[in-house]
Amino acid sequence: MLMTNLEIVPGNRIVKHLGLVQGSSVRAKHIGRDMMAGLKNIFGGELKGYTELLHESREEAIQRMKAQAEAIGANAILNIRFSTSSVAQGAAELFAYGTAVVLE
Amino acid sequence: MSDLVILLILLATGYTFGQLAERRHYRSIIKREQMLRDLPVIATKFPPMYKTPPRSFLVTGSVVISVDYFKRFIAALRNLIGGRVTSYESLIDRARREAILRMKEQAVQMGGKMIFNVKLETASISKGAKDRIGSVEVLAYGTALADKQPGHT
Repeated sequence: MLMTNLEIVPGNRIVKHLGLVQGSSVRAKHIGRDMMAGLKNIFGGELKGYTELLHESREEAIQRMKAQAEAIGANAILNIRFSTSSVAQGAAELFAYGTAVVLE
Repeated sequence: MSDLVILLILLATGYTFGQLAERRHYRSIIKREQMLRDLPVIATKFPPMYKTPPRSFLVTGSVVISVDYFKRFIAALRNLIGGRVTSYESLIDRARREAILRMKEQAVQMGGKMIFNVKLETASISKGAKDRIGSVEVLAYGTALADKQPGHT
């Protein structure tokens, strides 16, 4: 599966457009991480637990988007975008979407 | 009285460790930026046309950084009189540069030669607790182009 956030793939022709595919993942941080973040708040610096959380939920959103694209027979996803929204207190949604296409 | 002592201790530790952490972080950012200078990061959507089409793949980099207690205190004071909140400016600058660096590092690892269509997104994992956390989350992503043979750098 080729994934890119360009609108074209250099050197490849698009045979068929299959429309929008999307994947999302809602994650909450657990209390241990919260407490560590609270400590880090005094000292400043990177919150590694949250960086990891952000990374994990982004990976999961990408995987879900990929699964959806595979299910409709695409072999590439173009013009991928990421977006975040907070659905509830302390939980956040990471959302990935793109256009599924069939490349030559 | 004891509250005041605790506040002063928090401010002092925040100032000391925060300044140390920030200086160390800036040194590491500048060093890595020097190392990765050869990898162009371009915001345009359309890559140049090639005779032999390159491989392209998505690269991402993300970071969550928090300010220290002292800086947040200063920012709260600044809120009263208005103006530039310099303590948050350096925080966001560090976060963006770090996210871009991590994206570049991933691209280099996978043999990328340049990165196109770079987007920066300020994410919000800890939005619910924003007032308490005082942190910023940045996600940088783009498409890396590489030579056709995988693993070739």
